[in-house]
Amino acid sequence: MKTAIIAAGLAALAAMPAGMASAQDTLTVYTYDSFVSEWGPGPIIKENFESQCDCTLELVAVGDGAELISRLQLEGDRTEADIVLGIDENLTAVARDTAMFALHGVDSPDLSMPVAWENDMFLPFDWGYFAFVYDKTKVENPPANFEELADSDLTIVIQDPRSSTPGLGLLLWVKAVYGEEAGAYWERLSDNIVTVTKGWSEAYGMFLEGEADMVLSYTTSPAYHLLAEDDDTKAAIAFEEGNYMQIEVAGKIATTDEPELADQFLDFMLTDGFQSAIPETNWMYPAHTPQEGLPEGFESVVPEKALIYFGTEARDIRDVALEEWRAALSQ
Amino acid sequence: MTRTTATGSLALAVVLLFTLGTLAAVLIRAEALSGFGPADWAALRFSLVQATLSATLSILLAIPLGRAIARRRFPGRGLLIMLLGAPFILPTIVAVFGLISVFGRSGIVSDVLGFVGLEPISIYGFHGVVLAHVFFNLPLATRLVLQGWLAIPAERFRLAASLGFRARDVTRWLERPMLREVLPGTFLVIFLLCLTSFAVALALGGGPKATTIELAIYQAFNLEFDLGKAALLALVQFALGLAVALIAFRVALPTGFGAGLDRSLRRWDAAGPGFVLMDTVIIALATVFLVLPITMIALDGLPRLLSLPASIWWAALRSLGIALTSVVVTLALALPMAALSVKSRLRVVEGIGSLTLAASPLVIGTGLFIILFPLTDPFALAFPVTAMVNSVMSLPFALRALVPALGQIEADYGRLADGLGMSGWARLRLLWLPRLRRPLGFTMGLSAALSMGDLGVIALFAAPDAPTLPLQIYRLMAAYRMPDAAGGALVLLVSSLALFWIFDRGGRAHADT
Repeated sequence: MKTAIIAAGLAALAAMPAGMASAQDTLTVYTYDSFVSEWGPGPIIKENFESQCDCTLELVAVGDGAELISRLQLEGDRTEADIVLGIDENLTAVARDTAMFALHGVDSPDLSMPVAWENDMFLPFDWGYFAFVYDKTKVENPPANFEELADSDLTIVIQDPRSSTPGLGLLLWVKAVYGEEAGAYWERLSDNIVTVTKGWSEAYGMFLEGEADMVLSYTTSPAYHLLAEDDDTKAAIAFEEGNYMQIEVAGKIATTDEPELADQFLDFMLTDGFQSAIPETNWMYPAHTPQEGLPEGFESVVPEKALIYFGTEARDIRDVALEEWRAALSQ
Repeated sequence: MTRTTATGSLALAVVLLFTLGTLAAVLIRAEALSGFGPADWAALRFSLVQATLSATLSILLAIPLGRAIARRRFPGRGLLIMLLGAPFILPTIVAVFGLISVFGRSGIVSDVLGFVGLEPISIYGFHGVVLAHVFFNLPLATRLVLQGWLAIPAERFRLAASLGFRARDVTRWLERPMLREVLPGTFLVIFLLCLTSFAVALALGGGPKATTIELAIYQAFNLEFDLGKAALLALVQFALGLAVALIAFRVALPTGFGAGLDRSLRRWDAAGPGFVLMDTVIIALATVFLVLPITMIALDGLPRLLSLPASIWWAALRSLGIALTSVVVTLALALPMAALSVKSRLRVVEGIGSLTLAASPLVIGTGLFIILFPLTDPFALAFPVTAMVNSVMSLPFALRALVPALGQIEADYGRLADGLGMSGWARLRLLWLPRLRRPLGFTMGLSAALSMGDLGVIALFAAPDAPTLPLQIYRLMAAYRMPDAAGGALVLLVSSLALFWIFDRGGRAHADT
């Protein structure tokens, strides 16, 4: 008798998850802090995706962009993540090396970006140009290039290339401009650097607080102040050497227990339900321009030249440049 | 009394697991030790230089301040002494917030400088780290030095006065010998605290130029996933800490925070108006330096307090839960260890309990992550793990308060209790607990406050949608939500101080302070 009761109980337990499966499927997406925040794209995208997937979308903030990969490595095969969203092109080769990602399987993604996309493992969701941003009321003669920046008395806040994708972008930007001389340039620049923050948000907050004259951000940052705060005092600089380009990507974890949901999310990512949230919450160019087009202010600064390294080239340069950077700035 | 040995040994085992066990886990996971690069040498140099300078400055400032407080009577003196205990339990992130609003580029000091046409100052980098460390440790040093002063019997000063000693003679015959005894221990304690400092360097360091080893461990682990480097740095950190801790054990360490510091010494040699003026200026400057940042937190936070987002209150509740758990665990570890230490008379017991001074919370956290991950989801255990690590970290202070007190009790009443056949629970309940009220209250208050404000291990185990209060404040600051962060900082400040005060007062009830 007793065994029968236990058996019935076990059967009920076993049946329960199956019966509730469709309502409880959860897609876990690891991403960066500002994406998830209530003023970022996270809440909108969660609502839009959940309304069509019959699932729960869980966005997990894991520090700034570049930290995503170390967190994945730390967790190994037991990671809860199904999708990783928010590393950039510079890190795709490093991410590939972890052997934790699956191919995205989208033949020819419908993209509106200035460069061709040939990565079979990662799909872009937005892009932009890194730039130094300053306050027009405080800085009268903004530097036109890296030389003028290092020679000036202007103070800057930058981000750590090990934790944040803008920091890494600047590292590669300097490398693209200076090559072998990059280490020497960093030494010259070091007296302009007020501090190196872990993430973009910290750096930008400090700049707005007046802790530095300029901050490493994006050409689209002034659009935020214009559209969200009706403030036209901020400006971004197109450097004569060109500006480094960022393409932010997402990829599917190979060991995901929700492969179909993950694919569904990647498809969704390039539709208007996702893309139209990007310009005015993430303040980047959408990877696929939504139907309503781009908001005002997004074309204010167009770099003279777009610089970018792809895939393994970015990885190899990063490894060398990182040691140069640490050594030069620890002097 | 074998039960004492058993529970004590169990507590010891737990502490060893948390310190050496986690270090071993990091080492095993790290396949090969990667080289110590120029930037790592720079981190080592920075750690040592800033800790030396921070400790030296704290002490150099604490000597005149301690002397001034010891020999003057003024309104608010008791309050000032109480205040000197505050920065030690002040959450780092809150203090950093306050310091930035005073010394930041748009802070009060820069405003005043701008008023007279000078450039604003920057708080980031080497001097910012040292400034924050002095802010934290000057009060601690002052309390320890003050204790030394008050330990000089008043009769000696009376005798000195009747012998016609002048200030110079008093310094030579009474004060210098006392300082020689007190200062080395004080220096070492502060040096060690600064050496393993993480949150200050994280918030104010600013890049490779101002990175401590502790921060470098976090970066190697969290940013580069270079476990080999993290392990190597962890070993260096551990060795450094151990060396300092061993030296500290040889030097007579000042005990705890001392009670009854509100007495003042009658000093005939320092009655002249010059001395009075000097002491007044010193006390006033120090008070402003210590009070201004805390006041700024209150001023910045108050207007926002009633309209804070619910997430801050939830985070506060979580932190409170962790803090209270941490108190229970601290007692569960500290009492058996103190008992074992007193019973066995082995200093090694307290030594093991103090290992956490040498081990870094980040190495412990990293090791725990590696140990736990194959077994379960570490993030699900974020709160118990944080509470455990916080407890282990406050253990050295707990033992320092409990062991001498328990030793005294056993010396006074031990034989009587043995004769009455009191052992186990009965001895704990009837003899130890009532007589240990004060050190226990202090221990619980300290453990609760330190745990409430901790921003160390939780940075590794951060549960994304369920942050603790310090983490939530850090995130708000990072997201440029300064008014909300200020409100959160005030909530954290008040709750940390309140926790300490409630427990510490509770311990002092019925005791004539």
